[in-house]
Amino acid sequence: MDFTLTEEQIMIKKMARDFADNEILPYCQEWDAKDTFPYDTVKKLHDLGLMTIGVPAEYGGSGLDHLSQGIVVEEIARGDAGLATTLAASTLLAADPVYVAANDEQKKWFYGRMNEGDLAAFCLTEPGAGSDAGGLSTKCVKDGDDYILNGTKQFISNGGVAGLYTVFATLDKKLGYKGHCAFMVDRNTPGITIGPKEDKLGIRSSNTTQVIFEDVRVPSKNLLGKEGEGFKICMKTLDLSRAVVAAMAVGVAQGAFECAVKYSKERQQFGQPICRFQAIQFILADMAMQVETARLLYQKACALQDMGLPYTQMSSLAKCWAGDAAMKVATDAVQVYGGYGYSKEYPVEKYFRDAKIMQIFEGTAQIQRLVIANDILKE
Amino acid sequence: MKVLVCVKQTFDTEAKIELKDGKINDAGINLIINPYDEVAVEGAIQLKEKGIATEVVIVSAGADKAMDAIRTALAMGADRGILVKQDSAADEYARAVALADAIKKENPDLILAGHVAADDGSSQVPTRIAEILGLPHVNVITSIEIAGGKATCTSEADGGTAVTEVSIPAVISSQVSWNEPRYPSMKGIMQAKKKPVATVDAIAVENKVKVLEFALPAGKTAGIKIEEDPDVAAAQMADWMKNTVKVEVK
Repeated sequence: MDFTLTEEQIMIKKMARDFADNEILPYCQEWDAKDTFPYDTVKKLHDLGLMTIGVPAEYGGSGLDHLSQGIVVEEIARGDAGLATTLAASTLLAADPVYVAANDEQKKWFYGRMNEGDLAAFCLTEPGAGSDAGGLSTKCVKDGDDYILNGTKQFISNGGVAGLYTVFATLDKKLGYKGHCAFMVDRNTPGITIGPKEDKLGIRSSNTTQVIFEDVRVPSKNLLGKEGEGFKICMKTLDLSRAVVAAMAVGVAQGAFECAVKYSKERQQFGQPICRFQAIQFILADMAMQVETARLLYQKACALQDMGLPYTQMSSLAKCWAGDAAMKVATDAVQVYGGYGYSKEYPVEKYFRDAKIMQIFEGTAQIQRLVIANDILKE
Repeated sequence: MKVLVCVKQTFDTEAKIELKDGKINDAGINLIINPYDEVAVEGAIQLKEKGIATEVVIVSAGADKAMDAIRTALAMGADRGILVKQDSAADEYARAVALADAIKKENPDLILAGHVAADDGSSQVPTRIAEILGLPHVNVITSIEIAGGKATCTSEADGGTAVTEVSIPAVISSQVSWNEPRYPSMKGIMQAKKKPVATVDAIAVENKVKVLEFALPAGKTAGIKIEEDPDVAAAQMADWMKNTVKVEVK
C-alpha cells in the first residue's frame, strides 16, 4: 500500500496551497462579511487551469485524475469553502453529467464554453425535491425538435453566475425515475430567470440562487443520453462528486485545525501558552485524528475511482465522515480560541459556519448513512 | 537567444531550523526553489513571452532532490533542465565551478540567477560564475532590457537606482522586487514531466571552506520596560545601553 502522492500531485497540492495562502486567505473574511462573489479570484483560478480540472485533457481541460481533483478542492477549501464550492459545483458537479453521458459533439460544446471561462451550475434540487431527488417536478415536453422546460430549481450553486446549466426534468411525474431527462442548457436561452441570492449561514462567497425556467426551449441535441436516463445520469454524477465534497470538508477541517494549533501556541493564560495545558492538547489530538481519518477516506474513495474499482460505499463513508469531522473540528477550533473564537475578528467562526453545509449538501449526512447501510445490507 | 537560469533548492523559508548531531537537520523539511532564483526564472519566462528569449534552460547543482526544484521551474514555463549532481556539502566555490562548467557547455546568451540564497545567504555564486567564465556581472537587478547584443539593467543602489549597460553574454542576478513569480499552471505541471532534464556529475573540486561548527542564533531575550517620567527613563535607558547591552559609542 502506497500513500505517497505522485510528483505532479505534490506540485498541484503546493500550487493550490500557495494560491490559498496568497490569494484567498487574506481576503476571504471580507468576501464572507460582504457576501461578495470573488470574480477576480475565480478568473485567476481559471487562468491557472483550476476551474477546468474536471474537463478532460482531450477537450482542452486540465484532465486531472480524481485524487488530484480532491487535492485541489481540499486546498482551495482550506482557504475558503465558498470558493471551493464555486469551483467544485462548476467543473465537477455540473460538468459530471456531461462527463458521464455526453456524446463527442456535446462535450466539445460544453467543455469549450468552460475552457473559455464560463461557469456551470448543476440544477437538480427543487423547492419540493431535496433529498428526494426522484421527486422533481420541473417538466420537459418534446415539441418538434426542441424540449420545453418549465419549473423552479432551488439552492443552485453558481445559479446567478453560470453561463451553462445541467438541468434535470421529468417527462411525466407519474413515470417516476423513468421519466427523468438531463439537459445542457445555455444561460442565454429566453425564459430563464434568476431568483434572489440566498442569504446563507456559511460559504457566503459562493453564489446560491433559484433558477426559474419558463417555457425554455432547449434543442434536442442538448439532451444528455436518452429520454428517461436522467435519473441514472444524476446518480452517477452524485456518486462521482461525493468524494470531492468530502475533500472540501477536509479542507475546512484542516484550515480550522491549523488556526487552532497556531493560536494555542500564541495565547497565554496562567503565565504560559495554552498549548501547554493537557486540556487543550487533547482537543488538538482529537482534531488531528478527525482530519487525518477524513483525508484518508476521501483519498481512498478517489483512488478507487482512479483504479476503476467500485467506490460508491467508500465515497459515502468519506462524505459522511468528513462532513461530520469538519463540523466537529471547526467547533473544537472555536473552543480553543475561547471568546475570541466567537468573534468575527478571528478566522475560526467562519470555518464553523462554513462547515455546517458539509453535512447537508450533495446528500445529507442521513442520506449518506442510508446509502452506506443499503450497500452493507444488499444481497 | 538562449537564457540559462541557475536555481538552488533551499529550505522553505517558514521551516523551523534544528540541529541534530551538530548539523542542520533536514528531516521533514519542505524544500522549495530559492525565492530569489524563482524571480530569475520568472524574468527568463517573461523574456521568452516577449519573444526575446527562444529557450529557457534551468540548471541546478545539488542532490537528486534538487530535481523537484527544476521540475517546478519547468512547470512555470522553462523548456528544459540540467541537474548537476553534487554533494550537499559543496561550498560556494565548488558550486560555482560545477555550475560554470555546465553553463560553458550550454553556451547561453544570458545567465540569470537570484542574487542570494535564502538558506546560507552567502551571495557569492553568481559573481563567482561570472569571474570563472570571464563574463560581465550585474547584481540585484529590478528590470532588464535586451537589445542589440546588450543588456540594460536597473539595479538598486544606495538612495536610488543604477542603470548599467553590459554586453551579453553576461551573468545577471535578480533582486526580489524584479517581478512576482507566477504559480505553475495545471497545464505547466502536466507538461513539466515530459520536458527533458539531463543529469551530469559535477566536476570534483575540493571545498575551500571548512565548516567547523553550526550553531543556532541565541534565543530572543525579554526586553526591559521602564515606567518612569521621561527624564528619569532616558537616563535609565542610557545606563542600560551602556552597561547591560554594552553599546559602544565612538
